[in-house]
Amino acid sequence: MSSYDFPDARGRFGAYGGVYVAETLMAALDELNAEYARAKADPAFWQEYHHELKHFVGRPSPIYHAKRWSEQLGGAQIYFKREDLNHTGAHKVNNTIGQALLARRMGKKRVIAETGAGQHGVASATVAARYGMECVVYMGSEDVKRQAPNVFRMKLLGATVVPVESGSKTLKDALNEAMRDWVTNIDSTFYILGTAAGPHPYPMLVRDFQRIIGIEAKEQMQEMLGRQPDMVVACVGGGSNAIGIFHPYVEVEGVRLVGVEAGGDGVETGRHAAPLSAGKPGVLHGFRSYLMQDEDGQIIETHSVSAGLDYPGVGPEHSLLKDIGRAEYVAINDDEALRAFEDCCHLEGIIPALESSHALAHAAKVAPTMGKDQIILVNLSGRGDKDINTVAGLMGITL
Amino acid sequence: MSRVAETFARLQAAGEKALIPFITAGDPSPALTVDLMHGLVDGGADIIELGIPFSDPMADGPVIQRASERALAHKVGLRHVLAMVKTFREQNQHTPVVLMGYLNPVHVLGYETFAQAAAEAGVDGVLTVDCPPEEAEDLTAALTAAGLDPVFLVAPTTPMERVREIARLARGYVYYVSLKGVTGAGNLDIDDVARKIAALREHITVPIGVGFGIRDAETARAISVAADAVVVGSRLVQEIEAATPETAKEQLTRLVATLKAAIR
Repeated sequence: MSSYDFPDARGRFGAYGGVYVAETLMAALDELNAEYARAKADPAFWQEYHHELKHFVGRPSPIYHAKRWSEQLGGAQIYFKREDLNHTGAHKVNNTIGQALLARRMGKKRVIAETGAGQHGVASATVAARYGMECVVYMGSEDVKRQAPNVFRMKLLGATVVPVESGSKTLKDALNEAMRDWVTNIDSTFYILGTAAGPHPYPMLVRDFQRIIGIEAKEQMQEMLGRQPDMVVACVGGGSNAIGIFHPYVEVEGVRLVGVEAGGDGVETGRHAAPLSAGKPGVLHGFRSYLMQDEDGQIIETHSVSAGLDYPGVGPEHSLLKDIGRAEYVAINDDEALRAFEDCCHLEGIIPALESSHALAHAAKVAPTMGKDQIILVNLSGRGDKDINTVAGLMGITL
Repeated sequence: MSRVAETFARLQAAGEKALIPFITAGDPSPALTVDLMHGLVDGGADIIELGIPFSDPMADGPVIQRASERALAHKVGLRHVLAMVKTFREQNQHTPVVLMGYLNPVHVLGYETFAQAAAEAGVDGVLTVDCPPEEAEDLTAALTAAGLDPVFLVAPTTPMERVREIARLARGYVYYVSLKGVTGAGNLDIDDVARKIAALREHITVPIGVGFGIRDAETARAISVAADAVVVGSRLVQEIEAATPETAKEQLTRLVATLKAAIR
């Protein structure tokens, strides 16, 4: 594993990734790539990024031992990386700060973003306010209905939220619409893509801005326990929180990396959002990766209780990590995720995001099969305040 | 010589510009498509661009998105599109057909399988919108081996070094995107297009078609002064949208005739 160095110059993660976009976007992506190469080599850029993460986001996020839950499960010790404690409530802001700083370097005064659950939209609206940029967020009209509090949050932060009525009216359609905006306003606009997907250089860019999660975790585990975890678990929609915590561990031997996809009603029912578990490679949204598609190559609708995982593709680096066997990918169904959500509330006093609850559910599933001296580190990627309406609805309660 | 090259050679000899209408296969229903294609030819279409429906048409405006959705409601996939071309060829052997769409349906079928099936069906060229030259090597090789023309886009944002690369790969014609935006947008600058085309001709030897945002005979005429071909899509799809299944063919023929008369 000593030669893990992706992507290559063409944005390839093995057979995945690449730049599959219409010609009009090519120059903008080349420009972004060149600017990022300059920023990457500029210590002042990273200094400002880290300054913002410390003073605006509140990093480093702590590592927390979920002691009561671990005891109840009777096996491995479960630790949380507390991305839920970040400003705006999730890991998303690590990336939006990085991209907004790039946008500012490039002299772009208008930023656009796509959002599903609204977390990336809120994180984008937040940094746009922070740096004085105009912000337009595209959101499927179904998601606008499902995530009303986040829509209002974005508006409070000064962003314009555009409901997208095309296709399935969810995240993938919001992404299509953001691309259409970008192609139309390419000179003035920076597209803040929310996950480690899309055309090169986005998967690399987002990963590099989310790696802070894994970099901190490695130091913190060493400091706290004098060792690294046996297993790192993270939920995977587009895969940005997962790649953020996985990447610094890829070349660390003895650490199993487990990505948890949304199993929805169950992978066997076809109603899920688990392309790595049940899809096949294809091209969508500018990159090649595992995809949920029918035999004609049309993208099929996804199903998950968690809007943030409701995406038919997955970041290309996860496809590579799956194929080379460095990471394993499993699926957790809606009901299992909801059970973990409740357990985490009752046993640990933490309301986790429904997305993160998928990772928690898998940890709770495997912990009893492991020894008490073993360690599972779960990326608790976001807090669940945004999900209380959804959960109340499932309990038959109107707030 | 390919059917596309023959067509351009014939038009050039006659001092004419090509009209390339676009419709989406399966819109408004699969049963009508072949008839509509004949209707386009009746009106004066020189080449037909036939859209492959896709669930996520990122480069298209609302009009062509809706056409894709109508076709997909009838479950029209790439195999059906090829069958339609085959049926069209039973009565028409002279009008080139260029398939235009997104890469994934082609990718899933496999490039070689697709190229062979398309050639057998009577397809002449293929334009995959989201497959720039950087990613097109395998597909281009498969198309060329099957005798099909790979058609590429050139955008207002394309720098000259990329134009040279596109010129190296492109056969049939090059499709110049007349504006920064999606299909059917309304911010076309005719003088700017004319200047760009003149610059492109230093590198591109195949004919240059222009499309995106050409909505009426007046614009088509103005564009045709500089371009070798004018592509009209959204405007025709709107006509299909507004028509009934009974009147669609007649209305399309009439509109195409108006456009062809304007650029002749």
